Amino acid sequence: MDPTQAAEAAGYFDRDRLNALVLFIVFCALVLWFIRTARQNRNLFIRRIAGLNAVDEAVGRATELGKKVLYVPGIGSIDDNQTIASLAVLQHVARLTARYNTELDVPNKDPLAFASARETVREAYLQEGRPDLYNEGMVHYVTYDQFAYTASVSGVMVREKPAANFLIGSFFAESLLLAETGQASGAIQIAGTAEIAQLPFFVCACDYTLIGEELYAAGAYLSRDPAMLGSIKGQDYTKALVALLIIIGMVCSTAFHWPAFAAWFQAR
Amino acid sequence: MFFRLQLPLILTFIAGMIPIVAFFFTSEATIVKAPTDRLEKWMVIVAGFALLLGVINVIQGNLKKIERRGPGWPYAICLLVGLLVPGIFGILSAFSVGPFQGIGLRADGGYTPFAWVTRFFFEPLQATMFSLLAFYIASAAFRAFRVRNLEATILLVAAVLVMIGRIPVGDAISSAVRPGALASFTEWLMDKPNTAAQRGILIGAALGAASLSLRVILGIERSYLGLEKSE
Repeated sequence: MDPTQAAEAAGYFDRDRLNALVLFIVFCALVLWFIRTARQNRNLFIRRIAGLNAVDEAVGRATELGKKVLYVPGIGSIDDNQTIASLAVLQHVARLTARYNTELDVPNKDPLAFASARETVREAYLQEGRPDLYNEGMVHYVTYDQFAYTASVSGVMVREKPAANFLIGSFFAESLLLAETGQASGAIQIAGTAEIAQLPFFVCACDYTLIGEELYAAGAYLSRDPAMLGSIKGQDYTKALVALLIIIGMVCSTAFHWPAFAAWFQAR
Repeated sequence: MFFRLQLPLILTFIAGMIPIVAFFFTSEATIVKAPTDRLEKWMVIVAGFALLLGVINVIQGNLKKIERRGPGWPYAICLLVGLLVPGIFGILSAFSVGPFQGIGLRADGGYTPFAWVTRFFFEPLQATMFSLLAFYIASAAFRAFRVRNLEATILLVAAVLVMIGRIPVGDAISSAVRPGALASFTEWLMDKPNTAAQRGILIGAALGAASLSLRVILGIERSYLGLEKSE
């Protein structure tokens, strides 16, 4: 590349996003380094997440009562990270229902999430050596309309009274409608979302709630896969770094009247 | 195995990296930006086909239920009628067959069949579901605000102050002592402690989402493919 071409290429780079690029590189480096470390040393400590420890208990309760487990993967599509995180939990739940021969019901709102959820559950039953227990009706499509979907799922909760309800993924106005209906039906409820506006509703109406990052960590936590746990560790160290930068920025801006440090980190 | 494992992982890596790289370039770098727009369009097309898969699944599932006279089978008939009638009206409207001229209002202000079904069936049903929220918020609030421990008491006091501070009667109460004091305190409560807590959750969630994305792009997280371990 000659100097003219190099200058031209540099002109295409969005300099306002240099801060994001630096943090992106630091974040990736930390996560990858911890994944590597985790693969070498398998004993990584990750704090207990009560909501995820209760998953086995919820499925066990449904098995004892001979009732179904209802898994609602949210209303987001597969391009939403919360839906991907939800599928990781669904995989674990499906393995448990396959192991204990418990009925599983997964109603879907988004067609792409539906296709992925079906594949996830089918594979989970296969991995547990119980493909005979899997049927296509377990993971089914309902509708693309938010409130029609809510009405359908609420109807299942009221009529069929599942023993365990999982509300994990991306939720909006329907969060409280579903959680309260489930609460009234007497089911043990485990919810999880990263939608801040919906979290209070889940905390009020559910037995356990996965708050924000706990939802994203669920797949790693449940699988106990060292590489995945390593990425959680990397994420935690990045969070500590961000907290430190916030404190430094606060001190620089208030004590030393030097706002340039904090300003450099502003999203543009 | 290549089509089951390697190919999806390669496609995920490429589709995941394209928007990340494009984020750091200006709109003038069309060679980098264009594939992102193209990917978004492909997503819509794929979702369209997947929706068809969903509709077929709904029809199959409910026909089976009616055939076997399973529990709640009459509801399955209602569901299929509700699915097929607007669907057929919509398709006929697309081809402007007979009275089915478009899906909006007619030139004289009257309803086309599709608009009539939407206005007098679909919208009231949606509104019914949404309005249930008012009752559920009341019952959830009742449970949340019970004084069980110190945290619940703080929550109750903060909630009562915010609720009173945001209604005219709150102004009337505080004007007797110091005008606007309660409203200012409410705003402080929402802007400072509440926002600080929300941002804490937001930062954690954002890093969690980024970490999950990295795991997906690198093929470590494979549950969305129905696969388990990374090794």
